[in-house]
Amino acid sequence: MLRWLQDYPHFLEWAYRLTHHLFIWLDPLMRRIGYGRVDRWLRPLEEAGKRSVFDCQMCGQCVLHSTGMTCPMTCPKNLRNGPCGGVRANGHCEVIPEMKCIWVAAYERSQKMPIFGPEMILLQPPVNRQLEGSSAWVNMLTGADRQTPLGWIKKD
Amino acid sequence: MKPETLFKSDGRLERVLRSGRFAVTAELNPPDSADPQEVYDAALVLSSVCDAINATDASGANCHMSSVAICALLTRAGYAPILQVSCRDRNRIAIQGDVLGAAAMGVCNVLCLTGDDVTVGDQPQAKRVFDLDSIQLLRTIKIMRDEGVFLSGRKLTVPPRLFLGAAENPFVPPYDWRPLRLAKKMEAGADFIQTQYCFDLPRFRQFMAQVRDLGLHEKLFILVGVGPLRSEKTAEFMRTKVPGVIIPDEIVNRLRHTPGPRKREEGKQICIEIIQQVREIEGVAGVHVMAYRQEELVAEIIEEAGLLPRPLRIGFIAPDPLRRLRKSQEDPPPFDPEP
Repeated sequence: MLRWLQDYPHFLEWAYRLTHHLFIWLDPLMRRIGYGRVDRWLRPLEEAGKRSVFDCQMCGQCVLHSTGMTCPMTCPKNLRNGPCGGVRANGHCEVIPEMKCIWVAAYERSQKMPIFGPEMILLQPPVNRQLEGSSAWVNMLTGADRQTPLGWIKKD
Repeated sequence: MKPETLFKSDGRLERVLRSGRFAVTAELNPPDSADPQEVYDAALVLSSVCDAINATDASGANCHMSSVAICALLTRAGYAPILQVSCRDRNRIAIQGDVLGAAAMGVCNVLCLTGDDVTVGDQPQAKRVFDLDSIQLLRTIKIMRDEGVFLSGRKLTVPPRLFLGAAENPFVPPYDWRPLRLAKKMEAGADFIQTQYCFDLPRFRQFMAQVRDLGLHEKLFILVGVGPLRSEKTAEFMRTKVPGVIIPDEIVNRLRHTPGPRKREEGKQICIEIIQQVREIEGVAGVHVMAYRQEELVAEIIEEAGLLPRPLRIGFIAPDPLRRLRKSQEDPPPFDPEP
């Protein structure tokens, strides 16, 4: 298990940035192969990697870097915009008393993240449940993870 | 053309708050009964001492009469309810439909909550939904009100007019992030805030100082949650079993050292003292009184804390939606807050 890596959020945000650039660089190649096929190959790899470090739940729309390198889907209530009001005084979860609230951990980690730490204040849109189980890396390239319901987009 | 109104809803709570008066809301605990009389009995006691009545949505994940149904009963009888919506039991489709229906029945206030988890309730085997979180829910209802569309982008013929509320718990970690999360709720569309039970005043003062530094007290109406404790046993139960309630040892000890028959009085006194102290804090716009099925006690507290009489004349008769012609865009003229 590689969970201890989460205690080095600054290293992880660098790793995130690196893979992000790598995938954008590889994008033309992946488009040629076909995103569907790439998804099938990448998914097991992504799942194995992210699950061992972050306990990834494969929601298919990764926001890890905006949530203190802590997977928000590991919260029993799936909260993506911050902690609920049920956190215990010792900072543990309301639902699983022996687990530290993932948002308490996320906040502590975000303090050590100069690049993506400030993104904690971003408003995360509702989860697209259709993307569950697909590769977030491929969805990032196709833009599927950034698609929000039509009404959500702010009209200015 | 729609006349420009300052108000987002037609309700009394918004008018009391915007006129700068100290607001009082109270919680109505839904009955485990199919008889509407129990709701009316509780509402009769509460309505004369508060500006809006919260209809809880299966609080503590225990099954009771639904909040939409209570709001229907209350609006029919002429009371001003606050519809509580939790994300635990319903997905985005059900919630948007409920909100629209509630607005059609004359509900003017909605409180958006995440909701206690199913495991703390009486049916822990149930499936938890949490399709949206409270902030996404706030934004969704704000979109319905301001843009006149569903989350999907489909148009509403008549958008709901609602005063949007959210909850906050300043008493649990991560303490430093709580004010920032409040800012996020404001950005998502919150107009007023009701906090969790406040017993830890030093912590609350610290929280309010941070809120003032961010300037949030000028854009949000913050109502502080308060409530009486019957005895040290109730206090012990609440701080161990009810999620998110923090009660300092001094208060529990104060109750423990009070002789039996005077415990109820002492608990009430503690609550009144807390109300008087939070009133002094800059940025506090009102109190939200909660007491599980003790409506008479709530009325006594509000009276003895010097919060009566409530500004009754500020009440506003909402236009009957049935009387409004479907095609016409005529709205009632803006309400004068100082009649």
